[in-house]
Amino acid sequence: MHLNDAEKAMLDGCAGPVRRQAMEHLLAVGRFFDAETLVPVSQAHVMADTEALGESGVVWLEALATAAPDHRRVVIPTITDPRGADLAQHGRLKQDPSFVDLERRAIVALRTLGVLMADTCINYQTIMAPVFGEHVAFGDTGSAIYANSVCGARTNFEGGPSAIASALTGCAPRYGFHLPEQRRGSTRFHVTDRPDSLSDWGALGGIIGRCMRSYWEVPVITGITGAPTSDEIKHFGAALASYGSTALFHMVGVTPEARSLEPLFAGPAPEAVLTVGRTEIDAFYDSFRPDDDRLDVVVFAAPQLSLHELAALARLLDGRRIHAEVALVVCTSPELRAAALRMGLLATIEASGALLLEGVCFYQMHAREIGIANGWRRLLSNSAKLVNIIGGYGYQPVLAPMDRCVHSAVAGRMVP
Amino acid sequence: MSPTLLRGHPGIGPAVEGIALVAADNFSARYDLDLTRGRFSRPTHALAGQSYVDAILVLNAAKGGVATAWMLREMKARRLSPKALLLNTANPIMAQGAAFAGLALIDRFSVDITAAITTGQFVTVDPASGIVGVHPKGQP
Repeated sequence: MHLNDAEKAMLDGCAGPVRRQAMEHLLAVGRFFDAETLVPVSQAHVMADTEALGESGVVWLEALATAAPDHRRVVIPTITDPRGADLAQHGRLKQDPSFVDLERRAIVALRTLGVLMADTCINYQTIMAPVFGEHVAFGDTGSAIYANSVCGARTNFEGGPSAIASALTGCAPRYGFHLPEQRRGSTRFHVTDRPDSLSDWGALGGIIGRCMRSYWEVPVITGITGAPTSDEIKHFGAALASYGSTALFHMVGVTPEARSLEPLFAGPAPEAVLTVGRTEIDAFYDSFRPDDDRLDVVVFAAPQLSLHELAALARLLDGRRIHAEVALVVCTSPELRAAALRMGLLATIEASGALLLEGVCFYQMHAREIGIANGWRRLLSNSAKLVNIIGGYGYQPVLAPMDRCVHSAVAGRMVP
Repeated sequence: MSPTLLRGHPGIGPAVEGIALVAADNFSARYDLDLTRGRFSRPTHALAGQSYVDAILVLNAAKGGVATAWMLREMKARRLSPKALLLNTANPIMAQGAAFAGLALIDRFSVDITAAITTGQFVTVDPASGIVGVHPKGQP
């Protein structure tokens, strides 16, 4: 790879061993994907929950944090994805104290590196959305696909070690979705019925994601009339990224690189490989439909809820009480939990018996262990992303719109 | 009998050898694995219930989220990792995770790697050259 003088100096150790190690990591990844150069990035988003980090990851962060201050501090604005524990409320989930201790150690190390603990996967709704053409290093699939597709920014999936390496060096390997030619459409999908609910949008993302053959495939969606809201396209993108490992989509007439169909492809626009309507969306729900109506836990997360989702949830829960045998868990960012408190939404949500957590996401907080500790197996959510992930943790996930999730939580069983 | 040589893109990590565990399914550490037991835990995965520990794991494509970038290192630290990952198509997360963990990874083979190797075969993996040697079952 061709490096400029500043990059060579970092690789040679002139800026200390931490930046040299970061540069070596970026080059290893860049060479794997035949990157010729590095690209400057303006902000980084670090996924570093301790379930993923484990003890070895935390020890690694702590080692970085022992470097001299001018050698260890990030050089671009850097924030975090959700953490593995809400330090104020972990006891209500019966989280193992050892996980919480690990979390505290990771937080200290990340802060020492100069990372801002935003603890959110919806940084584009709560902190600072990237702008068109901005090169960034985003480390959550939902965040990355939103940045690439909705904002027109440029990023690959940057997992924790790589996002930290970019934060320490200010650059990333120039391959994948940093390159204009990689951003062309490859497969077309046509939508005949506009999704209604957020879970419908997630189902649409899941349907298309299941068709994706690899990270490098870029789906182009036609047929959407009228712009989706930020929350709708958030659920669509998060599910598409989760099911497909997809980092970029184009929605014709909606996303900024898709004003029209033809220029999106290297040649003539292909026919749609799949047409998605109400029948296909209903079939997607059916793929999670259980044989009985038992219910243990209802979860609203993945992605964290926006202020408008919290408001919608508060309206549905107002004056109602969650069934004693069912838990209802809600995850949002620290900023939006504070906003919900200020606006009276938190009081309404918690008066129902629901638990509103901040700075976490359900599947990132040792979901297997909290499921066992609380006796949770049947999980109901309006997140198509969450129901895709959580089966591997021993849950039986079911997908439903938010209103049906709330009605079920109140009834203590899944209601039609 | 000499091994069949399969050529992929030069990869990441050390040269290793071991017994192949193969499926024409995809891979994500967070979505598919029980890291505490070293087994595939996603009920719908083709390898559900099987141990991947010390295997040369041969699968189709990287799927899912970003956690694998951290998790491969933790799996190695717990001595509950595969020896190598051979994929038809990796994504950035697999490459980042392999680089962070020092785990062997090769992808972009000239053939469908999940069809070219069968479970139980002895396999040598050389990421520097991108070459995989596949021995007939029962050898060496």
